[in-house]
Amino acid sequence: MQSQLIERAKALLADGTVDRVLGWKAGEFAYDMTPALFSSAQELDEGFAYDAFCGANLSKYLVKESRKGGRVLAFLKPCDTYSMNQLLKEHRILRENVYLIGVPCQGKTDVETLRALGITSITAARQEGEDLVVETLYGQRRIPLAEAMAERCKACKGKKHMIYDERIGEEGELENPDRFGQVAALEAMSSEERFAFWRGELSRCIRCNACRNVCPACTCEQCVFDNPASGVDNKAAATSFEENMFHIIRAFHVAGRCTDCGECSRVCPQRIPLHLLNRKFIKDINTFYGEYQAGEEAEGRTPLTAYTEGDVEPSVVYTKGGND
Amino acid sequence: MQRIGVFVCWCGSNIAATVDVEAVAEALSHEPGVVFSANYQYMCSEAGQNLIKDAIRDHQLTGVVICSCSPRMHEQTFRKTAAAAGLNPYMVEIANIREQCSWIHKDKAAGTEKAIILGRAAVAKVHLNAPLVAGESPVTKRALVIGGGIAGIQTALDIADAGFEVDIVEKEPTIGGKMTQLDKTFPTLDCAACILTPKMVDCAQDERIHIYAYSEVEKVEGFVGNFTVTIKKKARFVDETKCTGCGLCTEKCPQKKVPNLFNLGLDTRRAIYIPFAQAVPKVATIDADYCNMLKNGKCGVCAKVCTAGAIDYKQTDQHIEEKYGAIVVATGYNPIKLDSFEEYAYAQSPDVVTSLEFERLTNAAGPTGGTLLRPSDGKHPHTIVFVQCVGSRDTSGCGKPYCSKICCMYTAKHAMLTRDKYPDTEVYVFYIDVRTPGKNFDEFYRRAVEEYGVHYIKGMVGKVAPQADGTLMVQASDLISNEQLHISADMVVLAAAIEPDKSARPLATMLTASMDTNDFFTEAHPKLRPVESPTAGIFLSGACQGPKDIPETVAQAGAAASKVIGLLSKNKLTGNPCVARSDEMLCNGCSSCEKVCPYGAISYEDKEFRMPNRTVAIRRVAKVNPAVCQGCGACTVACPSGAMDLLGFSNRQIMAEVDAICK
Repeated sequence: MQSQLIERAKALLADGTVDRVLGWKAGEFAYDMTPALFSSAQELDEGFAYDAFCGANLSKYLVKESRKGGRVLAFLKPCDTYSMNQLLKEHRILRENVYLIGVPCQGKTDVETLRALGITSITAARQEGEDLVVETLYGQRRIPLAEAMAERCKACKGKKHMIYDERIGEEGELENPDRFGQVAALEAMSSEERFAFWRGELSRCIRCNACRNVCPACTCEQCVFDNPASGVDNKAAATSFEENMFHIIRAFHVAGRCTDCGECSRVCPQRIPLHLLNRKFIKDINTFYGEYQAGEEAEGRTPLTAYTEGDVEPSVVYTKGGND
Repeated sequence: MQRIGVFVCWCGSNIAATVDVEAVAEALSHEPGVVFSANYQYMCSEAGQNLIKDAIRDHQLTGVVICSCSPRMHEQTFRKTAAAAGLNPYMVEIANIREQCSWIHKDKAAGTEKAIILGRAAVAKVHLNAPLVAGESPVTKRALVIGGGIAGIQTALDIADAGFEVDIVEKEPTIGGKMTQLDKTFPTLDCAACILTPKMVDCAQDERIHIYAYSEVEKVEGFVGNFTVTIKKKARFVDETKCTGCGLCTEKCPQKKVPNLFNLGLDTRRAIYIPFAQAVPKVATIDADYCNMLKNGKCGVCAKVCTAGAIDYKQTDQHIEEKYGAIVVATGYNPIKLDSFEEYAYAQSPDVVTSLEFERLTNAAGPTGGTLLRPSDGKHPHTIVFVQCVGSRDTSGCGKPYCSKICCMYTAKHAMLTRDKYPDTEVYVFYIDVRTPGKNFDEFYRRAVEEYGVHYIKGMVGKVAPQADGTLMVQASDLISNEQLHISADMVVLAAAIEPDKSARPLATMLTASMDTNDFFTEAHPKLRPVESPTAGIFLSGACQGPKDIPETVAQAGAAASKVIGLLSKNKLTGNPCVARSDEMLCNGCSSCEKVCPYGAISYEDKEFRMPNRTVAIRRVAKVNPAVCQGCGACTVACPSGAMDLLGFSNRQIMAEVDAICK
């Protein structure tokens, strides 16, 4: 697969269709697959990689890349295409300056998931059929892919691309995973238990802003948390409770726009299950306004910015929102 | 630093009885920036206003905080006061210490504490206020009246009489509304048609009035003075300009089994019909649900007999866009459905009828030609039981909590007329209370009891049971003699509660006009602005605002017309300067604000921005049209980056208020 992508990227560079290529390359370790730009065949040969660790969603990089002049090629996994559509809907990416290639994905793993399975000192990993073969300093380990997958991939929305200019590999099917089991468990808690749960989780936050910086829904020219005039930037640093509110505010800001790509939880160095906040919103939106998947379309309105006469009254939202 | 003056009003004892006004003035005098603080009995009085004006001049005030009643009451008054003293009117803030404080507190200490906090919040906001200047917008000198019943007709006639163009949109094929279905009108017993139809004709003949019959309002855009309305003219499959209203088609149409809705389904009509003889416009309409030609292409009789060639089976709905300066809502009422009142056997027996059906059964143009006959067998009824408050004043949840207001009087009318025409008929009226507050109303009711011998019984009917012999066994309690009654009746007439027409709620959404929990339109002030909606440029006429009889409806219709005339007489309207503004440096151009804007006030432009290192970037940014923006603030909460802000109600001002309250 990797060589196929490199060949296609080279061809598109050569015939002038694109000027740059957005893909992945290995970082310090084999499992540190990092988004990277390539502008020549040589760079592609030297660095471009696509394997089981290439979980990073590339769509957000196009907000800036599509404005730099020239045309940029981006490889998008099925779940990345939802973010792509959402960004197009919000006019954040200039469509004419990007060339999108849909790439297949059987689910991605990450180093934390493998560590939890007792696999350390990884030097490489590749997919072989239904298995993931991991090379380590201590020898080879073979595990079923279903086990090795990151949590978000276990709740995969499907292998179908929502948007692309061309596709490599077979088109997959939409899937209907149970995404809301953990949310339902949180809802079943009493408000005190839930408060304690989130206080516990969020207390580990070091405000590195990685979740915000990676989130494809967080592309504001200036984030309210970086804006001294917004009145919330300092508050977030005032007390530990205010600090926790950062995540709640962020969840509100991306509500109705979050595609559930799971990047927030993936990049969190403290392993806070941030995606659960967003999933609670997604679950509620589905309940109150009918099934909705952000990023399915590149146009139209989200339930939270559309009004229909059938919309629930605010009191219903309040009582059904899990308020005791 | 602002120089702020604080003025605490007693409102007589309204505020002073539960708030220590002197303590409030004292406490607020220590707030930062406050250089003057006073209290006075009536701040809105001339002397009170002079106190404010003098203080503005003497103390060079740059901001004013008035602790008084709701801003909806006197904000305008105090803004004018400030302007008269040379201060920008938008440097005035009101702290509502009456409706939201003194009126809801009994404990003076608690009331005083809260009043101080509310005052402090207003002071905190004034610190961030900036002078605002209102823009102007032109006025389209044309009015729209939605609903062509007596309310809409009277409003349209009065507006036209003042020289303005006015359009009536009526969803039925004819104007006239409920009043066309009535027989006589209380308390003078004139024939409804005799007094209504001349007004309908006046509407048709007045060249300033245009009637869109069989039409509905589909979309409303714009704002006071500048509404753009899309009207859907439903296909009636008859060319209005050609039809002469001769009625030949309505006699020849072979489809005879169509329920006649004008007679509430008590008889039938043809698939092509003119609702009644005096219809305006007098044009036939094809009922597409029943017409054989439209359903399966077989028939065409009406087209053959029409000498005017007016039949057009291919007619489609038309959409007309018109501009208006003012909109009057006159959507009226309907009797409620009686499905949840099984005890009265309305669904089981045709001899249990609603009062409106009874009107048709006694009307000379009705299904029985005006002779009162039982619907089941066409025989003359000898015992009739009238039941009042069917679904009115009902807190059980089946009906409506309010009094429908007209039932006591029309039931007295029905009882009296029955006894007058058929003295051999015994008439019973069951009531909770008889309410007759109106000119000559009580005299009318007493005549029914004293001169016509109607049996008025205080108590409610528990059950109506149809019997094998065709009679109705009415089981009821007489609360005064405290006994159970069993009356064998030939007919039972139910005074069903009235409710706003179902079209009112979607219309309210289109107009952004507010409604109460019963779907009646809310007035801008229940006492002082009874015919205006809180939404500027929207006026209320008739039963859409609350249950009303004809004299009240006509009076309100005239009042609504006078408000419309007042508006249309102006050449320019002063806008509201508290509009949204986008901070281009923060705007992402994401379109969230545009999507939630109910007024279409937001557009986007690609703008060049100087970026670091002498680079230039082109960014899509939001732009607000201040003439269209109504300052609702929906965009400010939708904006993810906080780029949208409302002048006069900026996020910073509101946060400052919250901080002051939480201090």
